[in-house]
Amino acid sequence: MRLALKRHGVLPGFGLTLGLTLSYLSVVVLLPLTALLLKAARADLGQLWGAVSDPRVVASYRLSFGASLAGALVNAVFGLVVAWVLVRYTFPGKRLLDALVDLPFAMPTAVSGITLTTLYAPNGWIGKWFANAGIPVAYTPLGVTVALIFTGLPFVVRTVQPAIADLEAEVEEAAASLGASRWQTFWRVILPSILPALLTGFALAFARGLGEYGSVVFISGNMPMKTEIAPLLIVTKLEQYDMVGACAIALVMLGVSFLFLLAINGLQWWSRRYAMS
Amino acid sequence: MLIGGGVPSALTGFSASSAVTAERPVVRWALIGVAIVFLGLFLVIPLIAVFLQAFEKGIAAYFRALLDPDTQSAVRLTLLVAAVAVPLNTVFGVVAAWAITKFEFAGKNALITLIDLPFSISPVVAGLVFVFLFGRQGWLGPWLEAHGVRVIFAVPGMVLATVFVTFPFVARELIPLMKAQGTEEEEAARLLGASGWQTFWRVTLPNIKWGLLYGIVLCNGRAMGEFGAVSVVSGHVRGQTNTIPLHVEILYNEYNVAAAFAVASLLATLALATLALKSLLEWKVARQLAETDAKP
Repeated sequence: MRLALKRHGVLPGFGLTLGLTLSYLSVVVLLPLTALLLKAARADLGQLWGAVSDPRVVASYRLSFGASLAGALVNAVFGLVVAWVLVRYTFPGKRLLDALVDLPFAMPTAVSGITLTTLYAPNGWIGKWFANAGIPVAYTPLGVTVALIFTGLPFVVRTVQPAIADLEAEVEEAAASLGASRWQTFWRVILPSILPALLTGFALAFARGLGEYGSVVFISGNMPMKTEIAPLLIVTKLEQYDMVGACAIALVMLGVSFLFLLAINGLQWWSRRYAMS
Repeated sequence: MLIGGGVPSALTGFSASSAVTAERPVVRWALIGVAIVFLGLFLVIPLIAVFLQAFEKGIAAYFRALLDPDTQSAVRLTLLVAAVAVPLNTVFGVVAAWAITKFEFAGKNALITLIDLPFSISPVVAGLVFVFLFGRQGWLGPWLEAHGVRVIFAVPGMVLATVFVTFPFVARELIPLMKAQGTEEEEAARLLGASGWQTFWRVTLPNIKWGLLYGIVLCNGRAMGEFGAVSVVSGHVRGQTNTIPLHVEILYNEYNVAAAFAVASLLATLALATLALKSLLEWKVARQLAETDAKP
C-alpha cells in the first residue's frame, strides 16, 4: 500500500516559522518604514513639496544622480574587463585579486571614506598627480564619483562573473568557424549573452551609489549647492530639527529605491529567461 | 546571491584551450594589465594606505590611540551592538529560510523581496525611520518619554538600526542553498521517526552549516562596520554612543588623522578577516552543494 503523503506534508513547522518570519519582518522592517510614511501623511503637502523642490536639495539630487551614473558607467566598463580576466585567464595573483573584489562590501564605509579622501586629497598619493595636472579630485563631484566607483565595483564584477562562466564554448567556436573575428564574436555573440547580467550589475551599482553615505561624506567636502549628496542633506535637516524636510527627502529617496528594486527584479527575470533559452 | 556572492573559482574553470576562441596574447595581457591597474588603484592602494597611515606616527602612537578610553568604550559598544544584532538576525535567517524553502505558499516571491528590502534602502533613511518611530517627535516618542525609556540618541536605537541594516544577510545566504538541497533528506528523517527538532539538528543543520556561518560572518562584518544608519540615531555622545566607525569619524574631523587611521585599521583588519573567511566558506559551500548533487 502506498502512503498517501502530500509533498512537504511530513515536514513540521510551517505555521511557526512563517508566523515568526512575518512578525519579525513586520516589527524590524515594516513598522519603521510605516513610521516614515505616517510622518509624511501628517505633514503639510506644501511644506513637503517646498522641502523637495528647494534649490539646495535639487542640487544634491543632481550630484547624487550624476555621480552614481558616472560611477556605475565606469564600473560597467572596467568591471566587465575585471570579470572577464578573472574568469577566462590565469595569471599570478589572480585568486588574491578575485578575493579582494569584495573589499568594498567588507570594508566599513567610514574607513573607505577617510582612506579615499586621504589618497585623493591635493597632497595625497594619487591626488597630487591629478592636482599637478590641474584636476582637483577630493572635495569635488569627481571625488564623489571616485568613492562611488569604489563602492559599486563588486556589484558589477560579481554579477557578470557567473554570466561569463556560463557561456558555452561551442557557441564561440561556431562563430569562429563561420568566419567571425574574435572581436566580432565578442560584439555579436558574447556581449548580447551577458548584457542582462551587465545591466543588472550596473543598476545595482547605480542604486547603491544613490544611497551611499559613509564612503562619500568625507571626500565630498559638503559644500552647499556644489558637493552635497542627498543622504547628507537628510542628516543636515535632522540636525536642524527640520523633521518634515528630512522626511520629504527620505521619501524621494525611498521612491527611487523602489523603482530601482523593480527594475533590478525585472532585469534578473530577463537574465534568467535569457539563460534558459 | 548577488551581494557577496562570488563565483567559487573551482566552478569557473573555463578551458580556453581552443585556439579559435582565445584572444591573441597581446590582447590577453593588455586586458589583464587593465584589470590589475584598475583593481590596484581602487582596491590595493587604499587597503595598503589604511595601514601605512595608521602607523605614520609610529607604533607607540598607534597603540596609544587604540588604548585611549574613548576608543575602548567604542570597541565595547560595537561588540555589544553586534552581540545583539547578529544572533537575532541569525535565528530569523534560519527560520525564514526554513519557511521559504521547505513549503509552498502564495506570495513567497513577495516575501523574499521584502526580506531583501533593507539592502535597497539608504543607510541614512534606515536610521531616519527609527527617529520617526521612537524620537521625541516620533510616533511612539511621547509614550516612551512618559515611561522614561530612551531609544534615540542612545544604545537601543543603535542596536535597532543595526538590526535593520543587517536583517537580510543570513536569510539571503541560506535561501538559495536550502532551495538547492531540496527536502528529501528531511522527509526521509521524518518517515524514519525523527521529531521535527531532531530533523533540524541532525539533518538540516549539518547540511547548511557552512552557508550559515558564511551568512553570520557577512552579517557580523556589516554590524560592526555600519556607519550611516547608526550615525543618524546615535547623537554622537563621546564615550557613550560611539561605535568604532563613529569614533573614526570624530577623530578624523578633529584632524587627528593618525589616530583615526589607527582605529580604522581595526575595522580594516575585520574586513580582511571577513574576506578570508568568506573565500574559505564559499569553497566549503560549493563543495557541500556538489556533494548534495552527487547523492543519488
